[in-house]
Amino acid sequence: MIDLSINTDLARTILTGFIKSEITRVGYSRAVVGLSGGIDSALSCVLAAEALGPENVLAVRMPHKLSSPDSLEHARMVIDQFGVQSETIEITDMVEPLIQRDPNMSKQRKGNVMARARMIVLYDQSEAFKGLVVGTSNKTEILLGYTTLFGDSASALNPIGDLYKTQVRQLSRALGIPQVIIDKAPSADLWTGQTDEGELGFTYEKVDQLLTLLVDRRYSPQECAEEGFDEKFIQAVMTRIRRSQFKRMQPPIAKLSNRTVGYDFLYLRDWGT
Amino acid sequence: MRVQSVHKIPHLFTLFFSGKIRPMKLNLALAQIGTKLGDVQSNLEKHLDLIKQAKSQSADLLVFPELSLTGYVLQDIVASAAHTPTDDDPVFRYLLKASNDLDLVVGFVDEDSRHRFYIASAYLSGGRVLHVHHKVYLPTYGLFDEGRFFAWGDSVRAFDTHFGRVGMLICEDFWHASPPYLLWLDGADLFLFSSASPGRGLNDNEKLESARWVERVNKAYASMFTSFVAHANRVGFEDGLLFWGGATVFDPNGEEIAHGPYFEEALTCVELDLNQLRRTRARLPLLRDERTNLVQRELERILSRD
Repeated sequence: MIDLSINTDLARTILTGFIKSEITRVGYSRAVVGLSGGIDSALSCVLAAEALGPENVLAVRMPHKLSSPDSLEHARMVIDQFGVQSETIEITDMVEPLIQRDPNMSKQRKGNVMARARMIVLYDQSEAFKGLVVGTSNKTEILLGYTTLFGDSASALNPIGDLYKTQVRQLSRALGIPQVIIDKAPSADLWTGQTDEGELGFTYEKVDQLLTLLVDRRYSPQECAEEGFDEKFIQAVMTRIRRSQFKRMQPPIAKLSNRTVGYDFLYLRDWGT
Repeated sequence: MRVQSVHKIPHLFTLFFSGKIRPMKLNLALAQIGTKLGDVQSNLEKHLDLIKQAKSQSADLLVFPELSLTGYVLQDIVASAAHTPTDDDPVFRYLLKASNDLDLVVGFVDEDSRHRFYIASAYLSGGRVLHVHHKVYLPTYGLFDEGRFFAWGDSVRAFDTHFGRVGMLICEDFWHASPPYLLWLDGADLFLFSSASPGRGLNDNEKLESARWVERVNKAYASMFTSFVAHANRVGFEDGLLFWGGATVFDPNGEEIAHGPYFEEALTCVELDLNQLRRTRARLPLLRDERTNLVQRELERILSRD
């Protein structure tokens, strides 16, 4: 077993510092988080509450009529326990007219429509609440591309994007996030009975081990196989990582001039702050 | 912590400057600050604030981190953030003036007369520039891209101050063993290291890997060179990078005598008893016994190999 454990006090200090710095330096003091009822958004919400004060965090619940009632309830537990502000904005009426247009729309397409509708709601609340959208994608999802581009992947800053799911669980325990949220099967809840691990075909615990070797420790696929990972599993994961690279980048711009955004116009976002 | 401030006695002060008498105590202050990326004016104001604070604590020497006047991940900001350490420069004018009260090490982008840009540290004292060091190792790997934006420094020199002979290095310079070694042979007894070190390597340890690594090598240099090694590192975020702070000073026995907090702005002050150099080296004559001719001979042989 590869040890993925982290010092949670240190992680907490760094991540709350990050949220506070990156929000306040651009003149804001508040944050907006889409709270799904799952562990990732609970963690981002709690870190934001600690960084900015719970009164400065708006947790937005965005159920669809087919969403699990548990999701709504688990999100409420986080809101109550940590004292953040909250809004509940159902997305059914937003997405159904589009979904109804095509009776053959796949689950995948419907899921993407819902994820992008939630993005619209969050960015609208961002303007209304004068808060920046705090992201909720973890490192496992980002590397596997298990995300809807311009949907749940959209945010102004992401405190948990360098934590594997396994580490999200460890930090969530340390921050006192309700056990029921930590223990339940992770799900995007885009259709009834959906689970991440069912859809991916492997467990987070197992893939986090492999990703740590491949990505963080720079093991070759052969070395991973020597560590006991199945070769087909290694190949499947490597293919996922490669094929989802586009989700981790800005769209490429065709270069024409001597100075082109993305290639030789290079500034951090924190430029001047 | 406090020592009588010899600077207040004018005739002694003159003698120190002439190099005839060396003070045996040095009140050293290390400023770990956050900076505004590319906003030199705002960073200058912070420097002047910190100088005032250090002065009120009777500091003799105040060291700022790498690129303290500009911020670190400058990329295409480099040219517009560059300055030259002269008294007609709109930034250095104030710093040189301040150096009449206490010695200063500041980090900046140095532009030479042919418009090459260097990551630089300047030692200012008595209204003059005693030394400018250009970073000789520009990390251009992993998260670093310095070689793309900066010119490589090409010398490592110790220089005299009224606290003895000093060597300055910047971050990656002391990740390599040769620059501190060269400074040691060039007479440095006090090493002033500055960094803008992004924190990385979170595991179950209570310190980041990058912090542990830097503290380990600084302690090792102090021990092996029987010298004082001080390190000033930045704090604050630039996008997702967190500079971890944690200023340290190690004495000639390799013992840690000061440690600033991690992640927050702080002024860490400590009195260096410069006589410790003599006591340690009387016990442990590593400098006396260093076989420099052997080093030179073997190095020439190694470098002449095909």
